[in-house]
Amino acid sequence: MITLNHYLIVSSALFALGLAGIIVRRNILVIYMCLEMMLSAANLALVAFSRFRVTDGLPDYSAQALVFFTITVAAAEVAVGLAIIVALYRSKQSVDVESVTKMQG
Amino acid sequence: MPAVFFYLFAAVTLLFGVMVIVSKNPVTSALSLAVSFVGLAALFLGLDAYFIGTVQVLVYAGAVMVLFLFIIMLLDIKAETGKTPNYAAVFAAIVVGVLLVLQVATIVSTFEKGKLTTLEVPLRPKEALAAMGKNALPGIQRDLEAGILPDTKLMGLQLYHHYGFHLQIIGLLLLVSTVGVVVLSKRENRTEGGAK
Repeated sequence: MITLNHYLIVSSALFALGLAGIIVRRNILVIYMCLEMMLSAANLALVAFSRFRVTDGLPDYSAQALVFFTITVAAAEVAVGLAIIVALYRSKQSVDVESVTKMQG
Repeated sequence: MPAVFFYLFAAVTLLFGVMVIVSKNPVTSALSLAVSFVGLAALFLGLDAYFIGTVQVLVYAGAVMVLFLFIIMLLDIKAETGKTPNYAAVFAAIVVGVLLVLQVATIVSTFEKGKLTTLEVPLRPKEALAAMGKNALPGIQRDLEAGILPDTKLMGLQLYHHYGFHLQIIGLLLLVSTVGVVVLSKRENRTEGGAK
């Protein structure tokens, strides 16, 4: 049967995938997608904990409220991040993170 | 949720997550991420979080991915060709990823409360109704009496009764980010006025 631990393992695997993607990929758009994946992985852990912490016969809705706020913040973050990417593309004509080396020491 | 569905949706989520990283074309990455999010939403539904599952599909698979695709097509980003991957980075990523999963697996293997199944912690609407007493809102009371989980109503109760202030802060955050996006994407007018 499926236990809480199963969900936690899937959540950590998704988080690790996102982290690996951020390390490997050079395209800043794909890096942003991997960031979204990591946020969703954290959401999965929160929802799983919410379901398995039953109080008075109902799941813990505080965790789900936190997930709701996380999704909202992620949406705001994507909007601002993509605007930065468009501004970056205008000045560099590229979305490769290796093209942005001005602050490299 | 039956075990087979859990494995199916977990596999969809993780396999399309891998596709996001390995595909050279950003459009393929974006579409894979959308499918991955739909799989994740199915996992949420299996955890009786119907509202969060719906919001996941609407906001992530809908709005956020459309935004990504729009930017990819606006900037006309082509697939990476002729580039060799940085093998040191690939090695580091695999090591970090495997270590992270192993670490969580080790912690989880000694986590006794995590060995419960959903059948061992069932939702009891009747018990919830008794605990709420006379304070239950009519809509919630009706659903709980019928023995169903009024997920969206309870979510609304939680957000507006306990997290009302936080909800307003989030609204302000969305406003600030909207204004920020407009300022960031405004083209600097170089023909008149010169440097700003």
